[in-house]
Amino acid sequence: MPKRSIVPFGPQHPVLPEPIHLDLVLEDEKVIEAIPSIGYVHRGLESLVAKKDFNEMVYVTERICGICSFMHGMGYCMAVEQIMDVQVPRRAEYLRTIWAEMSRIHSHLLWLGLLADAFGFESLFMHSWRLREKILDMFEISTGGRVIFSVNKIGGVLKDMPKEMLTQFVAVLNDMEKELRETTSVFLDDFTVKSRLVGVGILTEDDAIRRGAVGPMMRASGIEVDMRKTGYAAYNEIDFEIMTSKDCDSYGRCQVRIGEIFQSIDIIRKAVAQIPDTELSVPVKGFPKGEAFVRLEQPRGEAFYYVRANGSKFLDRMRVRTPTFANLPSLTQTLQGCQFADVPLLILTIDPCISCTER
Amino acid sequence: MEEIQKDIYKIEKVELLPVIMEKKNDKWRLLQICCAFAEGKYEVTYSFAKGYEIRNYRLVVEKDEEVPSISRVYKAAIFYENEMKELFGLDVEFIKVDLGNKLYRIDANVPFLKEEDK
Repeated sequence: MPKRSIVPFGPQHPVLPEPIHLDLVLEDEKVIEAIPSIGYVHRGLESLVAKKDFNEMVYVTERICGICSFMHGMGYCMAVEQIMDVQVPRRAEYLRTIWAEMSRIHSHLLWLGLLADAFGFESLFMHSWRLREKILDMFEISTGGRVIFSVNKIGGVLKDMPKEMLTQFVAVLNDMEKELRETTSVFLDDFTVKSRLVGVGILTEDDAIRRGAVGPMMRASGIEVDMRKTGYAAYNEIDFEIMTSKDCDSYGRCQVRIGEIFQSIDIIRKAVAQIPDTELSVPVKGFPKGEAFVRLEQPRGEAFYYVRANGSKFLDRMRVRTPTFANLPSLTQTLQGCQFADVPLLILTIDPCISCTER
Repeated sequence: MEEIQKDIYKIEKVELLPVIMEKKNDKWRLLQICCAFAEGKYEVTYSFAKGYEIRNYRLVVEKDEEVPSISRVYKAAIFYENEMKELFGLDVEFIKVDLGNKLYRIDANVPFLKEEDK
């Protein structure tokens, strides 16, 4: 019988930008079990509802994560707007959609870069992040920020993107698309890259459901669910296909995310072509009372927001279930039976965001 | 079981495990479990999704009452249940992997409950 040993992995590791720990039970080089452990940087942001009023909480939720900060603010605003029965102007919905898709592109490019770095392809990592910078520049031009944007408010948005700016953004994205085809073809076609991804970290459709997987992790297991299809923001007026893969492996997850980058560019083009000329926000009076559940599709998958309000300016409860939190059980599943050398890569394939998880 | 709001059903404790088993057998995925403390009671909401459909089941329990764990049915529940136990002090019985209030490695005792509610 092979000898079993336990190898601690993390919280400090070259592939982990943020701390997470795994106890890996090994038989020789094969992982038998992985026990994840989080909690190194828990901030308890949800409990700030007792100190910050419901308007200030927009800025708190944005600080849950530096990558999907826009969508956290948007999800929270949507939940409060649902409770207060606020009809957000269409232009604001379109602007939110454009910023959300920009967030998806830069998040997926960040992930591609980290993945390339994990399998030792430094130049591919640099190319991915070079392209990502262009999206961050667009954020800076349109919002003034590169990480925290503070453009969401309850009832709409705070900033507009004039026609010239939107036209300029589409031109940048058109140019970028050509470069992206070249860069992403390396991820999809290069023999060495494929040898690290194909058949590694299998998560079957059944397992994805049983483990509660979300987002690209779930769609790469052949499940066609994308919360944007529920029609929030301007997605009810924009046609797009859900990216899925039947491969159920790391390559499939890479395929789905790359497909979503091009899809996001297409969604932005359509949104720019259709954006109506209305107000940016509506005045919101009074305090929220009631509760609401909101689901939206972040780059890493479905995020879940729960807000419970009591009619005062302070909320009773605000909860965010982030995609990484939901994908942790799937991670442990994919690690079972893998080779020790593939562990860093498999952790990356869920696109972990620990600051979201430790909100 | 009583529908108290669209897609939110209030259930009794004895109904919890049968409901969970039904969802599991019908291939619903566990979306989240959320704990809130309001009016001196815990409200635990279990959310399930199938495709785009969503169902929320709400269990209301007294402050010192135990809640059965569903982690033996849905493995994904382990993190949610440990979180509720650590942050709210909700007594969840027989979690499959009970992390003993060490999920978040924080010093504060039940930090999500107000001082007057502790």
